[in-house]
Amino acid sequence: MSFINLKDKVVQVKIVYYGPGRCGKTTNLEYINRKFREQIQSEMVSLKTHGDRTLFFDFLPFHMGQIKGYDIKIQLYTVPGQVKYNATRKLVLKGVDGIVFVADAMEKQREKNIRSLNQLHENLQAYKESIFKIPLVMQYNKVDLKDHGIPVLPISVLQQDLNSRLQVPYFEASAITGYNVAATLKKIISSTVVSIQKKLL
Amino acid sequence: MNYGIVSQEQLEAIEEILTQKLIKLGVDCAIIIDMAGNIITVKDNSKSKYDIYSFAALAAGNFATVDAMAKLVGETEFSLLFHKGQDSNIHFSKIDDELLLITMFGRDISLGFLRLNVVEAIDQIKKVWDRQE
Ligand SMILES: Nc1nc2c(ncn2[C@@H]2O[C@H](COP(=O)(O)OP(=O)(O)OP(=O)(O)O)[C@@H](O)[C@H]2O)c(=O)[nH]1
Ligand SMILES: [Mg+2]
Repeated sequence: MSFINLKDKVVQVKIVYYGPGRCGKTTNLEYINRKFREQIQSEMVSLKTHGDRTLFFDFLPFHMGQIKGYDIKIQLYTVPGQVKYNATRKLVLKGVDGIVFVADAMEKQREKNIRSLNQLHENLQAYKESIFKIPLVMQYNKVDLKDHGIPVLPISVLQQDLNSRLQVPYFEASAITGYNVAATLKKIISSTVVSIQKKLL
Repeated sequence: MNYGIVSQEQLEAIEEILTQKLIKLGVDCAIIIDMAGNIITVKDNSKSKYDIYSFAALAAGNFATVDAMAKLVGETEFSLLFHKGQDSNIHFSKIDDELLLITMFGRDISLGFLRLNVVEAIDQIKKVWDRQE
């Protein structure tokens, strides 16, 4: 749940990048951190293992400017994708306003994407949130691998697997080259802010 | 539930409590955050300068982790969370299920004395906060 400060006119919005291990969540935030320096006033915080896997979360505050006189502060988080970290994954989801589900488009990751999405559904239920109601954007990441001869799932298959019931906006992307990283971010911010705007009088 | 929105009047009352009970005592900084890592309000002695948003995200994560560990070992909570440093210390207190009060203070304040004041401040903050329900 976003936090709205009527005195200082600040709205804090929490957006979480969710998805299976090594799908590219941290890479999304790293790209945003490099590309939008003027909108980021501080260092990215990464709680990770020696092997660069996310242990708890990455955190990147992103300044969006004003809406209706309110300063919008977007707080970007990633969850740790490894299966064993579901307890911490859940903690990061606390109070979430909008979610980017990052799927790994590599063929061999098909099952992992589905399992991760199902677990997101369960984890949200634990907070009495619904995956069908919360602002959500799908990102089919690593499409650049096609060009390197690595088998990548067709978008139609990813859509069928992950988005046939949810019917949320989706992007193919390459977090490593930056392709559609900003488009994904813009979409989730606008969906989330629209749902919050209703609370701003 | 309406904890996501706080009025100007409530915030001013809460800031006044933090100033009277904690800043005047000599703490460097008193922050109220929610469990999602949002900042509700910050009061400091205007000497400290660091990234408060990152701090809040980490503090919420830290508290949530310890809370989850408590439940794992069958405790309802570990009521005292305290980090001691060379020159500064951090003290965490739960205000209610959604809010945390974090105070940072130096060597010249004893933990016992600080805790007394924190408890009083929390009592008063709760009264202000509950008015909105
Ligand atoms: N080719 C390619 N590689 C990518 C892309 N995005 C991420 N990677 C690589 O995939 C690996 C894992 O990326 P991370 O961003 O750390 O993945 P993560 O989702 O944060 O992983 P966890 O923290 O374990 O959940 C790294 O080696 C990245 O360089 C992409 O779009 N294309
Ligand atoms: Mg990561």
